[in-house]
Amino acid sequence: MSLVNIKIEGVPYQVESGLTILEAAKACGYEIPSLCTFNHGECNQGSCRVCLVEATGARGLVASCVYPVNEGMEIRISSPKAIEARRRSVELLLSNHNKNCQQCDKNGKCELLHVATLTGAREGAFEGVHSQTYIDELAPGLVRDTSKCILCGRCIARCSNAHGLGILGFENRGFRTFVSPAQNRSFANSPCIQCGQCVNVCPTGALMEHSEIYKVDKALAEGKHVVVQAAPAVRAALGEEFGYPIGTPVTGKMIAAIRRLGFEKVYDVNFGADLTIMEEGTELLHRLTEGGVLPMITSCSPGWINYAEYNYGDLLDHLSSCKSPHQMQGAVIKSYWAEQHGYDPKDVFVVSVMPCVAKKFERQREQMNVNGIDDVDAVITTRELAKMIKRSGIIFNRLPDEDWDQDIMGDYTGAAVIFGVTGGVMEAALRTVYYKLTGNEYGKIVFEEVRGHDAGIREATIDINGTAVSVAIASGMKSAKILLDEIREGKSKYQFIEIMGCPGGCINGGGQPYVKPVFLPNEPDNILDIYKEKRAKALYSEDERQVIRQSHNNKQIQELYEMFLGEPNSHKAHELLHTTYAAREGFND
Amino acid sequence: MTKLSNSSVLKITEICDRYKDEPTPLMMILSDIQNEYGYIPLEVQEIVSKKTNISVAEIYGVVTFYSFFSLTPKGKYVIGCCLGTACYVKGAQQVIDKFSEILNIKPGETSEDGLFTLDALRCIGACGIAPAVSINGTVYPKMSVDQVAGIINDYRTREANA
Repeated sequence: MSLVNIKIEGVPYQVESGLTILEAAKACGYEIPSLCTFNHGECNQGSCRVCLVEATGARGLVASCVYPVNEGMEIRISSPKAIEARRRSVELLLSNHNKNCQQCDKNGKCELLHVATLTGAREGAFEGVHSQTYIDELAPGLVRDTSKCILCGRCIARCSNAHGLGILGFENRGFRTFVSPAQNRSFANSPCIQCGQCVNVCPTGALMEHSEIYKVDKALAEGKHVVVQAAPAVRAALGEEFGYPIGTPVTGKMIAAIRRLGFEKVYDVNFGADLTIMEEGTELLHRLTEGGVLPMITSCSPGWINYAEYNYGDLLDHLSSCKSPHQMQGAVIKSYWAEQHGYDPKDVFVVSVMPCVAKKFERQREQMNVNGIDDVDAVITTRELAKMIKRSGIIFNRLPDEDWDQDIMGDYTGAAVIFGVTGGVMEAALRTVYYKLTGNEYGKIVFEEVRGHDAGIREATIDINGTAVSVAIASGMKSAKILLDEIREGKSKYQFIEIMGCPGGCINGGGQPYVKPVFLPNEPDNILDIYKEKRAKALYSEDERQVIRQSHNNKQIQELYEMFLGEPNSHKAHELLHTTYAAREGFND
Repeated sequence: MTKLSNSSVLKITEICDRYKDEPTPLMMILSDIQNEYGYIPLEVQEIVSKKTNISVAEIYGVVTFYSFFSLTPKGKYVIGCCLGTACYVKGAQQVIDKFSEILNIKPGETSEDGLFTLDALRCIGACGIAPAVSINGTVYPKMSVDQVAGIINDYRTREANA
């Protein structure tokens, strides 16, 4: 590593060569106003011109995000010329921007508004024609509004980095340029898996989740029995919306807040996760012992299911037929739970709080209802839950810790909690499959080999009673594709594969709080590298705190089978808890 | 979505294979397809995407960025009206407007009978004979508005007798 000497505002520093001015300035303690706070190589176009500075050796002002430092360079961030230029750049961006900020769902987390404030950009500095606006509200998961788009290209980069998909691209040229799926199609009729990773990186409100808060409001207004179920990954991130450090579990406060929003019952989707393990574990055992289609692949992630249906229609037999945990739990709430409470299922309204936007699509699948009754009626994201809490005047940080409602589906195990992180479903299933095959609990409980918190493939071979079971884990479709192509070519050596749509699993889902360093001054500089690990730790620590850590030892699950379902994979279980898949055309009309 | 014939799929695959050793083959592939078929619809872009591992959205972006590429079929006769500076000051706008009026299409569009496509061109380097119009390579120098109807009629007659 070689060093170069530079000066910022006349003060000498030594920095690594090869850095951009923006990075070098950061190392010296300067945060140059820019829209590159999500740099990470996912925006490197230097096109927005917000981060202009003066630098010797360059003609005119330079975009500090792409211009490298060199020996002897003198940089001026605060010269009147640089300050004026940055303000102009932002004013130009704003001149073609839909400035209805107070109605915008990104308000408070909008990077454009942030740099506008920093640079002192003036309202209406440049008035003129606006580009044509396109709004796509057809897809259940995502909304695209080009009137907010600043053409930074981060969404395009994220889609291809995470999934190798590249659903979004620039279309047309010059003033008529906009970002969209090919042919300016809706996300709904292009091969988009609706994972929402693009929403997480969008600096403005151009890409947002499709909010369903109004559906929840309506159900409450109509006096329905509204039951809320919250997924494990939500508790690991919700606190961030209220100023807690990333990785702070806020389970107790979250339950207290949901209860104070006026819902009848608050359950943990972990009960559904335990149920999933009973069903999926049994399915795996059948396939292993009776020569079923292997490898079996998990089916909890609706983003992954979308990808499979669009791209691997020939491999759908490999998917577990299990519904995802919240759909299973919804089906049980609408049947057994409603019956036990003396309610007509039609008067019961199930709200799932999810780290995910693809779940909004999943709940609307035609396969996700039993006898005409939807398992789940609304899906709101972690971010939407935070919004509901904030608008209700609840002081989240002062809430007491409360516990889940306990009747029928209050129990859950450590195995269920870790569903929220990549490798978690696999580990939970292995704990139960090991028990079923050997009659003994796995001594160490924890299967270290399958743990992780990032994209990429992990694999392990577990010895169960002399039988070697080979497993693999992938998150993000770029990694998944490698495993799927192996299966297609007949070269796969695995019996069981876990695939999650988002890199890192649900903790990094498209509905989770935005991780934008510029709004997180107390987090370390490398927070973008470590936030997944921090959120994963919050879940692993909850697993460790649980007395019961294997799904099959959940007493209420055992009761549910005794009283209602019979046994795992029974006829009743199939009717309520299992589903089917169908190959789909990506560019459908 | 209309499906492509097997022979078209083979042809497009063959075009993609021509450039399989190029580091950035997209422009060459699209250019050959444009020349071969006269347009590059989404179905064709999907095949190119599969062959090159470049996303459909990116290909679509390239096709819509360059005016040389077309998403819709071109007519049998492509009328290119030069709107470069010299032609423009010599009245090219009135000429293209006349073509528009008679053919009832806007620049960039194709007539319903599939016979004519009207294109607005930037300078084609024929400033000495401004305003210039080029139809399938035949150049009509020093065009005036009065000539437009006659030229269109010539082509229509040619078609009727063919």
